[in-house]
Amino acid sequence: MVSVKTRNRRELSWKDLSKAWSWIFLCVLFLFFSISGNGFLSITNIQNIFADMSFMLLMALGQTFVIILGGLDISVGYTTGMASVIVAQIIIALAPRLPLPLVVVIAFLVGLAVGVLPGLLNGVLITRLSVPPFIVTLGMYGIARGAGFIIENGLPISIPLQDIGRIGNNNLLYIQPTGAITFFQPPQGLTAVQMSNVVGLFTMPLILSLLLVLFCHWLLTRTRFGQHTYAIGGNKEAARRAGIPVARHTVLVYILSSCLAATAGVLYVFRFSSGAAEAGDPLLIDSIAAVAIGGASLFGGEGTIIGTLIGTLIISVIQNGLIILGIDPFWQFIAVGVVIIIAVFVDRMRIRA
Amino acid sequence: MPEKEPVLQLDGLSKHFGGLIAVNQVSLTIYPGEVVGLLGDNGAGKSTLIKMISGVYRPDQGTISIDSTPVHFSTPMDARKAGIETIYQDLALCENLDASSNLFLGREPLKRRLGLFKELDRKLMQSEAHTLLEQLDIQIPDLTRPIRELSGGQRQAIAIARTIYWNARLLIMDEPTAALGVPEQRKVLQLIRTLRERGTPILLISHNMQDVFEVADRVIVLRQGRKVGERLIQETNQNEIISLITGSEQKGLHA
Repeated sequence: MVSVKTRNRRELSWKDLSKAWSWIFLCVLFLFFSISGNGFLSITNIQNIFADMSFMLLMALGQTFVIILGGLDISVGYTTGMASVIVAQIIIALAPRLPLPLVVVIAFLVGLAVGVLPGLLNGVLITRLSVPPFIVTLGMYGIARGAGFIIENGLPISIPLQDIGRIGNNNLLYIQPTGAITFFQPPQGLTAVQMSNVVGLFTMPLILSLLLVLFCHWLLTRTRFGQHTYAIGGNKEAARRAGIPVARHTVLVYILSSCLAATAGVLYVFRFSSGAAEAGDPLLIDSIAAVAIGGASLFGGEGTIIGTLIGTLIISVIQNGLIILGIDPFWQFIAVGVVIIIAVFVDRMRIRA
Repeated sequence: MPEKEPVLQLDGLSKHFGGLIAVNQVSLTIYPGEVVGLLGDNGAGKSTLIKMISGVYRPDQGTISIDSTPVHFSTPMDARKAGIETIYQDLALCENLDASSNLFLGREPLKRRLGLFKELDRKLMQSEAHTLLEQLDIQIPDLTRPIRELSGGQRQAIAIARTIYWNARLLIMDEPTAALGVPEQRKVLQLIRTLRERGTPILLISHNMQDVFEVADRVIVLRQGRKVGERLIQETNQNEIISLITGSEQKGLHA
């Protein structure tokens, strides 16, 4: 018993360090850019970071579940793109005829519906045919990619309606220097100088991201769904013997992943007033990296939503900070690559300890 | 003990694999609160027999009765629903989850939050786990740590405790001490005694004759698929059992 306790204590300290390193690293980055980068530390820029990272974050949230399950979903990037082009076309068709709030609701519902299909196919093929997730989702990557380009006909679809862009870019509230607050719309009738002093708070991508972070965190830590995700990732055979419906659960996790990716596609439409087959794929590797930096094990069974949020923030702060410092954007790739290797190193140290 | 009703009764159970008769007309009875050792050389039919009891194989002949009612298992899940729990050497625990999560694996209790959302009742899981492990005298330093940080014996104890919590009518243990160090083996044997006092019958398969003699009330010996002997522990000794296992003594087909 005594020896067991000492071993636990040592593992505990390593575990705490490996858990804390990403927080510490994020704080160091934040301090560094706040001091060295002029304009980094401002409400507008911080909100920009959140708004810019929301697409990567939504993809990473779903990927967290998939990776904890012991899988990998590389199709989500093009699922985002496919959803964005379909939703963009539907908005162009409906927006002139229907009230805007209804169009927004329909857009998200269509996005979710588009998201269900790739996830369902991924999950069913992985469980029924016992094909490795990488291969199945590689196939889906190709299908969603092709479908996206066919629907957009090779060129991004832009929506010629200003209202749509406002939904993705306006803030929940605007505070004037006088203390007056307006909701949803910037205050009217101000001069350009007065306007520049108005502070906007809570953009739509920020609100949506935070709501989905909270939902996913709740789902993973508080529900049977989350518990079974960890159980299957930890020991699939044990989960099966314990009566957990492993195949059904796996399908649901892949559907969750592709629905979150499709939601990112809808968000893209409202933020950029356009849909593009390439909307999501450039972010795929970063989103997987964010999950890994957040402490998830690519062997399954380990990972948290908070970790993924920290991982996403680290990547986004590096990208945003380097731009503000005026450093060649290509250095971002190197910086993020170095962080991934640090993450793997810390993880190894933890296992060895 | 014979005045009690048997928990498990096998009548003329047989299993063939092609021309090979793995288990041949085996009958046995297990009563409440009894630890029965099942002994035999490799290939004597021990595994095939317990796989029939635990629903992995279907018998070609004979009947299995639980509480004097004949049962037919198509899957291991059927056997578990009937209260037969089997603890295999590979444990079937999730090492990334904590002790209470493993106890409730696949059967997690839920509570309603705001009358709408169903959440895990972790408080209940923790308190039930705490009570159960205390009853069984199993010491786990921290119930919230993943069980990979525990010793092999502690993990074995959690696997056993899980079956107890879910009211196993009969516990089948396949080589429960095989992968453990000596102090851990003692702990598991102690746990078997505790379970026996609680009235849970155990069918214990082991190569370790000493273990069997320490905790079993009765031993049943298989050789070449047949039951070749059945002895009360008090009325036998290791030499006699060894000769039954190896077949160097042909007497004593009836106990």
